[in-house]
Amino acid sequence: MIKISGIYKSFGNTPVLKNISTEFQPGKTNLIIGKSGAGKTVLLKLLVGLIAPNEGQIFYNQIDFLHIKKKDLRTLRMKVGMLFQGSALFDSLTVEENIRFPLDMFTEMTKKEKSARVNTCLNRVSLDGINAKFPSELSGGMQKRVGIARAIVLNPSYLFCDEPNSGLDPKTSLVIDELIKDITIENNMTTIINTHDMNSVMEIGENVILLHEGEICWQGNKDEIMSSDNEILHDFIFASPFLQRLRNAAISNGFHK
Amino acid sequence: MVITKLLNHLGKYLILMGNAFSKPEKTSMYYKEVIRQMHDIGVGSLIIVFIISLFIGAVTAIQFAYQLDGTLVPDYYIGYVVRDMTIIELAPTITCLVLAGKVGSNMASEIGGMRQKEHIDAMEIMGVNTAAYLIMPKVLAAVVIIPILVAIAAFVSIGGGFIASVPTGLLSGQEFVMGLRSFFMPYNVFMMFVKSLVFAFLLTSISCYQGYNVKGGSIELGKASTNAVVISDIMILLADYLIAVVLI
Ligand SMILES: Nc1ncnc2c1ncn2[C@@H]1O[C@H](COP(=O)(O)OP(=O)(O)OP(=O)(O)O)[C@@H](O)[C@H]1O
Ligand SMILES: [Mg+2]
Repeated sequence: MIKISGIYKSFGNTPVLKNISTEFQPGKTNLIIGKSGAGKTVLLKLLVGLIAPNEGQIFYNQIDFLHIKKKDLRTLRMKVGMLFQGSALFDSLTVEENIRFPLDMFTEMTKKEKSARVNTCLNRVSLDGINAKFPSELSGGMQKRVGIARAIVLNPSYLFCDEPNSGLDPKTSLVIDELIKDITIENNMTTIINTHDMNSVMEIGENVILLHEGEICWQGNKDEIMSSDNEILHDFIFASPFLQRLRNAAISNGFHK
Repeated sequence: MVITKLLNHLGKYLILMGNAFSKPEKTSMYYKEVIRQMHDIGVGSLIIVFIISLFIGAVTAIQFAYQLDGTLVPDYYIGYVVRDMTIIELAPTITCLVLAGKVGSNMASEIGGMRQKEHIDAMEIMGVNTAAYLIMPKVLAAVVIIPILVAIAAFVSIGGGFIASVPTGLLSGQEFVMGLRSFFMPYNVFMMFVKSLVFAFLLTSISCYQGYNVKGGSIELGKASTNAVVISDIMILLADYLIAVVLI
């Protein structure tokens, strides 16, 4: 479980996040949504400690994350996996070496065990047999999936995904969403996903947080979205006129509400 | 203003070095990286070090011969001067100035690129001490390999002096060798190694610092790489002066 309270972050004089407080439960896919520039990436980076907030507290279970000792931080981080918005694969290493890197660094596994683990993870993201390829030889979606494989190779307790399906077709997006959801349940991970993909929200949104102008303006699950009358949420979810019409039709036919 | 900025950089540099020299997560990974760096620095720099020191030895011999012309100083002094100039000053300093340009700028842009492509962030989140993993092996490899390169440079440079002066008839081979064997002080060799060790540390650590703290885009990356060379060069010359004052 991750609990944050009173998070405030500004760059210079521009506040990006103002007074964010919430909780992320394990075994659940927690989604952070909001339009481009709303501060999703900043919030995620705050949560993993890549940037520090101006004010506020972050707790990983009982651990005070912002006042943790360096050594404990590294131990905690071995339990954290992260998928970056741009994948951040090491481009001079092969796919296999990328996924194996955390194993090489932190485990005493034999070569055979490592290679078995790498193959399991690759299989988990449906990319069997691309071990010897370099990241530059992969499509964007494949890079994302390799990024996921690398993030889960150490069986993390916390998984952070920044836009796991931006730039992917709806079908592949769905596969990745399902994948993240399954892994989350299998390992009882606390998973936090940044997204502005409405399909993801409606498929795996067990706890959805809408960021708007630096604040949490709505929180709930995917079923509550339809019945909510939060204007900002609706503007965001049903952004296109097409979806707008679809929703109106649904409501006039007595769907929800 | 400038002073506070300098002190700020100095503080950040010292903290980074403190982090860089902490216990490795896994020795075997660091060891592999040290070996790779040794190979890159050593083998990668052999040719340029060879060429430069050959010419420096040659020029020293010819110019000293020119200055000796018409004086009462015996010719074999050419060998002696080439040897001492090379060992005390030219081999360590010129080699390291050149390596700052080659190895230093390379390290700054390698680490800087990793910073910009979020590779460093990705490693941090895995729990890797990136300051240690990215910097320590480079510095360790450099302080082992660069003194060896400097020693090679010294030999080649003396060879260059020989080639430039003996076949051209400035003095005989025996005289040159006699010069090489006159007034030899092993202490000078010690000084050469002290210098090359210090310079190697300076040029790698400064370059890594520049790369590690890159922000922004490709222009900043280029600047960091240039700064790495310029600042390393200045620090090498400053250290050269200080070592000369302290050790002589
Ligand atoms: N390092 C930084 N320095 C200054 N401002 C920053 C920095 N990082 C982010 N910002 C600002 O913070 C705001 C939020 O950025 P962020 O990257 O979190 O958006 P986002 O919600 O992830 O958007 P997207 O969906 O496009 O990825 C932006 O206005 C951005 O300009
Ligand atoms: Mg973002």
